[in-house]
Amino acid sequence: MTVDPDILLSARGLNLSFGAIPALVNVDADLWPGEMLAIVGESGSGKTTLLNVLSGKLRPQSGVVTYRDPAGALHDVHAMPQPALRALHRSDWGFVHQNPRENLRMAVSAGGNVGERLMAQGKRHYGHIREAAIDWLQQVEIDPARVDDLPRTFSGGMLQRLQIARTLVTHPRLVFMDEPTGGLDVSVQARLLDLIRSLVRRLGIAAVLVTHDLAVARLLADRIIVMQRGEVVEAGLTDQVLDDPAHPYTQLLVSSVLQA
Amino acid sequence: MNNDHVMLRTEGLAKQFTLHLQGGVRLNVLDGVDLEVRAGECIALAGPSGAGKSTLLRALYGNYRADAGRILVRHEGALFDLASALPRTVVAIRKRTLGYVSQFLRVVPRVSALDIVADAAHDRATAPANAQATAAALLHRLNIPANLHALPPATFSGGEQQRINLARGFIGAHPILLLDEPTASLDAANRDVVIAMIAEAKARGAAIVGIFHDAFVRDAIADRLYQIAPYPQAA
Amino acid sequence: MSTMEGYNFAYLDEQTKRMIRRALLKAVAIPGHQIPFGSREMPLPYGWGTGGIQVTAAVLGPQDVLKVIDQGADDTTNAVSIRRFFARTAGVATTTDTAAATLIQTRHRIPEMKLRDDQIIVYQVPQPEPLSRLEPSRAETRRMHALAEYGLMHVKLYEDITRFGHVAISYDYPVMVNGRHLMAPSPIPAFDNPKMHMMPALQLFGAGREKRIYAIPPYTSVVSLDFDDHPFRTTRAPQCCGLCGADNSYLDEIVIDDRGGRLYVCSDTDFCETRRAAGHTGSESPEALAAE
Repeated sequence: MTVDPDILLSARGLNLSFGAIPALVNVDADLWPGEMLAIVGESGSGKTTLLNVLSGKLRPQSGVVTYRDPAGALHDVHAMPQPALRALHRSDWGFVHQNPRENLRMAVSAGGNVGERLMAQGKRHYGHIREAAIDWLQQVEIDPARVDDLPRTFSGGMLQRLQIARTLVTHPRLVFMDEPTGGLDVSVQARLLDLIRSLVRRLGIAAVLVTHDLAVARLLADRIIVMQRGEVVEAGLTDQVLDDPAHPYTQLLVSSVLQA
Repeated sequence: MNNDHVMLRTEGLAKQFTLHLQGGVRLNVLDGVDLEVRAGECIALAGPSGAGKSTLLRALYGNYRADAGRILVRHEGALFDLASALPRTVVAIRKRTLGYVSQFLRVVPRVSALDIVADAAHDRATAPANAQATAAALLHRLNIPANLHALPPATFSGGEQQRINLARGFIGAHPILLLDEPTASLDAANRDVVIAMIAEAKARGAAIVGIFHDAFVRDAIADRLYQIAPYPQAA
Repeated sequence: MSTMEGYNFAYLDEQTKRMIRRALLKAVAIPGHQIPFGSREMPLPYGWGTGGIQVTAAVLGPQDVLKVIDQGADDTTNAVSIRRFFARTAGVATTTDTAAATLIQTRHRIPEMKLRDDQIIVYQVPQPEPLSRLEPSRAETRRMHALAEYGLMHVKLYEDITRFGHVAISYDYPVMVNGRHLMAPSPIPAFDNPKMHMMPALQLFGAGREKRIYAIPPYTSVVSLDFDDHPFRTTRAPQCCGLCGADNSYLDEIVIDDRGGRLYVCSDTDFCETRRAAGHTGSESPEALAAE
């Protein structure tokens, strides 16, 4: 298989079914550095499955996911030894869950939550770790005075921002996001969208974003993949796909959006 | 050879829509469009309503996918076919070569007007501090008072939103500009500002394609008209 | 004291001792790594040192001289009963003299005297998993050990410094063994942690209820976790021993009357007695009081 020399993540021929239900059917996907790719589709279309397979959390029945590390070497994500994959998830990759409580340690202070990835990487200077935590709280617009507070005293939007700070503290090049704005009030959602967009852009992070919200995809993503019953029915530039949808399912999705 | 100055050229461009939700009705909108725009030239698309002026403009931006033909764009010295380019190439061309002013402002809700405009300059790799100053100057020129700069434009009037859009489109100083009714909701004073801005863009060598319903604007800046004939629909 | 009739040497049957020795060999081969073993029912309750007793029984030989301490003292209930248990079931010689012992079973202390390479120390361990309070899943902690992912332990230290200004772990302070495995040193005071580093004696750990054995071979590096800017420090009561005057030993605080009177004495009774026999006195020793 030849791979574009710049490509960050590349998937070819992914197949996975849960019993008789196809979750992925011959799916291809590519991601270049600094690019945001949205995976859209309704519930059960296979978008979260695709995210989990791309990030190595779930093994496909066939197909290959290739990742290029910062040194330029290619890795078959599903052939990587578990320690290497876990190390990757702690350093060059990040994962933002829809529910921040799945990722955060609710009994550990905000600073400890942000600092954990640094400590996992072997950072052993308390003062520096704390400084980094405070800096990241500011970057995600959380009052640095709350660095010692427990996350359980935070609102939903703050928890999601704390999760983002915790994920980005190691400067990953690739972040996987599963409905990061789901379950939040619209005003909180808008603030988070702006934050994700500016952080991703400023830090040059590439991201794979799963969302069922086409408006979120339009505002954040450069490219979009539309999935239905495990198949990619349409892919391309976000504005092309949303303004000039070709596939019947995409046309249905686009026409089903409520206009505010 | 003069060909060097051709910034944008279409060859046999065709576009049709298939409306799957309406029983697969096919609308043929564009067919065999051959258009050429040179540096410093402004072309106004003309034709009756529904002839496909907006469709053509969107196709030129790569927003609508061409079904046939080529869209050649001079990007950093070389010609690229937008119709067959990879999505990443299209993004790069839009960032540095191809600017577009639409009729609608679509932005992240909470962001201030100034940041929206400055952000568009960021795409062209300008220093952020410079971008802010340039954006503020441009908004002033378009008569957006300073007290509005820090507000998100969601609550602005149609004319104000349109001017934010114009500032966003012009700040990048793209070599090719596509303008969809840039003066539609503007008063005479602001219209004159926009005419001046378009004239300046032409003077710096920008190639411009636009839709101008306002005959006054069209006469002031267009060098040529490109007539789009309504596609003969099968009855 | 005579050996009891009808029991195998040191109570456990030979098959069980072989099984434990195999676990011990594995444990020595992988310093700090917890090895599961088939812990037996012992004639005393869990929490009284069933793990330590089984390890001692497995390594004890007829020529050994056994010392048993509990919180540093040879004369507390737990120490006395375990010492008598082995005197009866194995007929081995027992001692309270640290220097004379070849095998020392301990609960919650390491003797003050430097141990030699011809000695073995056996620790009684209630909870062998250092990550147990941070990560409830044993499957996950095993994975963390396997992959040496110990960032979480530092999160705990970070939280302590954030809340209290220092690491607030006074006993069972986590250590890195041989630069690879995170280990719980059993509930010895953090004061004793430096004694484990490069110790000439073989250190064996037995957790009976949790069914785990681990070990530190002689001359192995044992480093207490810390931060560069908050280095590990041992603490002890600032007083001198009231009986022997030692200013460098770990002290017990004893309330001596109902008016707030307190006496600080060495927790290592053998250490204290050895010093007093050599003529050292403290402010509360009988000699000092008699001189008043």
